[in-house]
Amino acid sequence: MPWLPVPLILLLLASAAFVLGRRRAFSVAAASGERLHSTAWYHGMLVALWCLIPALVISLLWLVFADSILTRLVLQDLPRQMLARGAEQRTLLVNDLHNLLAGHVAGHNIDPVLRRAAARYRALAATGRMLVAFLMLATALLSASLVYFRIRPDLQARNRVEQVARAVLLLCSTIAVLSAIGIVLSILFESIRFFRQVPLTDFLFGLKWSPQMAMRADQVGSSGSFGVVPVLAGTLLISAIALAVAVPIGLMSAIYLSEYAGPRLRAWARPTMEILAGVPTVVYGFFAALVVAPFIHDIGARVGLDVSSESALASGLVMGIMIIPSVSSLSNDVINAVPRSLRDGSYGLGATRSETIIHVVLPAALPGIVGGILLAASRAIGETMIVVMAAGLAARLTANPLEAVTTVTVQIVTLLAGDQAFDSPRTLAAFALGLLLFVVTMALNMAAMYVVRRYREEYE
Amino acid sequence: MQVREDRQTAMELMERGLARRHRRERIFRSLGLAAVLVSIGFLALLFAAIIGNGWTAFEQSEILLDIDFAADHFDVDNLARADYAALVRQGLQKLFPEVRKRRQRRSLYRLVSSGAAIILQKKVMQDTSLIGTRQSIWLPADDAVDMLLKGRISRTLPENRRRLSDRQIAWIHRLAGSGRLKKRFNATFFTAGDSREPELAGIRGAVAGSLLTMLVTLLLSFPVGVATAVYLEEFAPRNRWADLIEVNINNLAAVPSIVFGLLGLAFFLDFLGLPRSTPLVGGLVLTLMTLPTVIIAARASLKAVPPSIREAALAVGASRMQVVAHHVLPLAMPGMLTGTIIGMARALGETAPLLLLGMVAFIADVPSHLTDPATVLPVQIYLWADSPEQAFVERTAAAIMVLLVLLFCMNGLAVFLRRRFERRR
Repeated sequence: MPWLPVPLILLLLASAAFVLGRRRAFSVAAASGERLHSTAWYHGMLVALWCLIPALVISLLWLVFADSILTRLVLQDLPRQMLARGAEQRTLLVNDLHNLLAGHVAGHNIDPVLRRAAARYRALAATGRMLVAFLMLATALLSASLVYFRIRPDLQARNRVEQVARAVLLLCSTIAVLSAIGIVLSILFESIRFFRQVPLTDFLFGLKWSPQMAMRADQVGSSGSFGVVPVLAGTLLISAIALAVAVPIGLMSAIYLSEYAGPRLRAWARPTMEILAGVPTVVYGFFAALVVAPFIHDIGARVGLDVSSESALASGLVMGIMIIPSVSSLSNDVINAVPRSLRDGSYGLGATRSETIIHVVLPAALPGIVGGILLAASRAIGETMIVVMAAGLAARLTANPLEAVTTVTVQIVTLLAGDQAFDSPRTLAAFALGLLLFVVTMALNMAAMYVVRRYREEYE
Repeated sequence: MQVREDRQTAMELMERGLARRHRRERIFRSLGLAAVLVSIGFLALLFAAIIGNGWTAFEQSEILLDIDFAADHFDVDNLARADYAALVRQGLQKLFPEVRKRRQRRSLYRLVSSGAAIILQKKVMQDTSLIGTRQSIWLPADDAVDMLLKGRISRTLPENRRRLSDRQIAWIHRLAGSGRLKKRFNATFFTAGDSREPELAGIRGAVAGSLLTMLVTLLLSFPVGVATAVYLEEFAPRNRWADLIEVNINNLAAVPSIVFGLLGLAFFLDFLGLPRSTPLVGGLVLTLMTLPTVIIAARASLKAVPPSIREAALAVGASRMQVVAHHVLPLAMPGMLTGTIIGMARALGETAPLLLLGMVAFIADVPSHLTDPATVLPVQIYLWADSPEQAFVERTAAAIMVLLVLLFCMNGLAVFLRRRFERRR
């Protein structure tokens, strides 16, 4: 029996179970003359659930454990001398076997023993799949019929179905929370492996970043080539340029739109500006590399400055455009939240509109504005595509925006985009950088939330 | 007397200051307007640059050749093995019989795309009755010819710095003059997968990869996100744990997307051993990335359902699960859908985490399965943007236009849903 129709058959079975269970609830109630505890719908549902859940559990178990069971069975049948060579050889053997199974290996020079093992694996897997399919359907029928014959008028079907539904809800929310923990743990775990090879102090305070050197085993950790300072400096330089662009423009446009603009301008200008936040970052990257960087390069050449074609200025500028809405939309909200009475009081004292804004509205809205800027900074630091496409690769410790610098995100992508062995320090360094990025952006977000919550003025 | 003088000077002072203060007011105001105009101007510049570079990619130069499918050229049992490139060469020779020298001939043949032979092969395999006939067929020109026709190769450059020689340009003029070289609608761009040759490259593979990835993301993030929101909002006890989870989810929404790529690499690829470069893994990672957005939106729309509805349902004897399933969820559904669509739009434009999952590989085939190697539209844009060929610049911009149109449609749908929902309230 092929694998595919099994879910279909299962679904059909469950629907049949629902219909039968519902009918039985009616007939049982009619026969005994008692009222049903729950509506018949719930009885049907209960039978259907008992049909589905055990079968799903079995298929899940098979998915998780099939490979290890099958591999062990196949390895047992291999000649003894192939297995006697220690654990490492064994892992290699298993890898070869899996590559062969996945069809990655072509050609004729494959060990016939391995070929036979692969054939045996396939045969075993096919038998296993049939067995599991049979087991699934049998359990489905069995457990469904068990519940079916227990249907009585006083069976609390609704409560049981609701318990299952609640358990499913709980399971889903656990997944969401677990993914957060999963991020932290997986990155932390790989980073710890990295810090076992390169000391933490070398990483945090080293002034030289050249991960290529670590390819030679004798260089690891001794040359200090994993110093994160220049990479971090580049990130901060580009983010600072981005903020220097985004904060004035974002803040001024938020002020203008909420204090000066008429309703018509506001109605179309705000959504238009929000589009800037919705454009995919790869588009900004293309724009930076195709238009902005050459433009800045040309201008520099004209006034006699030596501007790198991957200058920090170009990527910072484009990144600034991208985060304008982050600054402006939160500022807009808090400026609108400042009550009318404060403004009226200021006008009553004879202040002009701009004086009111600068001396009354902005101080009142300051926490929200600072929060918005912090969030924008965290977006700038974590932004990847613009810098991958428009910033440099070499780590250079400089504050000159006309030179090429690299960023944390660029380094992560360059270290991992290829196909590397998973435990080389080069690969693991990317996880250490990821951890750093995670910690920094998380701290900025927390700070933003704290500022907004702590210093929020309560009016009325 | 003294008092009056003082007051006069105060008034004078104020009057004097007033002009300056009003001037400042005007400056401040125009600065604000300038900020709005600058940011909208940037947007306009961005779109102008994309459209200006990209619209030409929807047309492709093609050359009309008379191909003689002579019967003795083909082996009936093995049609794939015939020399189709020779057919193309014959067609070109017929147009320019005076070109005799070998080197000149070779530069003549370079005017037609190297994929022309494959196109002929496909045509013959599809319709064997072509054999023995003569056909006039439009075949794609080489990308250098295409670029010249679109004015992206300057004719005034010295010959050794151009991709086309003076002689080739003369041939191109002759072809264009006789109506045999024309820009026609570039169907290849929508029907082909990726290719190293710009004139043969298309976005179909990337679009299919994006659709498969989005399918995984939608099927996982919507039910899980809604279920999580329902549990947290309607069932979970209100305590420190609930607060912690809320902070956690809010923070997760602000984690840089590349960190999700690292998670996917460490957990899905290394630990679980799922296949690299596939829509399955890409979709799983994007699901984790979109989940917080969906959960936050779903919780907000659950909160917006008035408590009176819950109380009324409870009062007539509904269980809490019935209250949620029959009354709260239907009311909150449009808001949840809107949030999901916005999350999906973000996921559709996402590139960085997918770079780490091996979706940057060069893949020419159109994926049809969740475990086929695939790439997605934004990654395709990134790959093409990296290509040195000029012709890929306009294709990159054109692919961006397609992506932006898709995103506009999704966001438009979200706005439409929100409007409808608001009106009903």
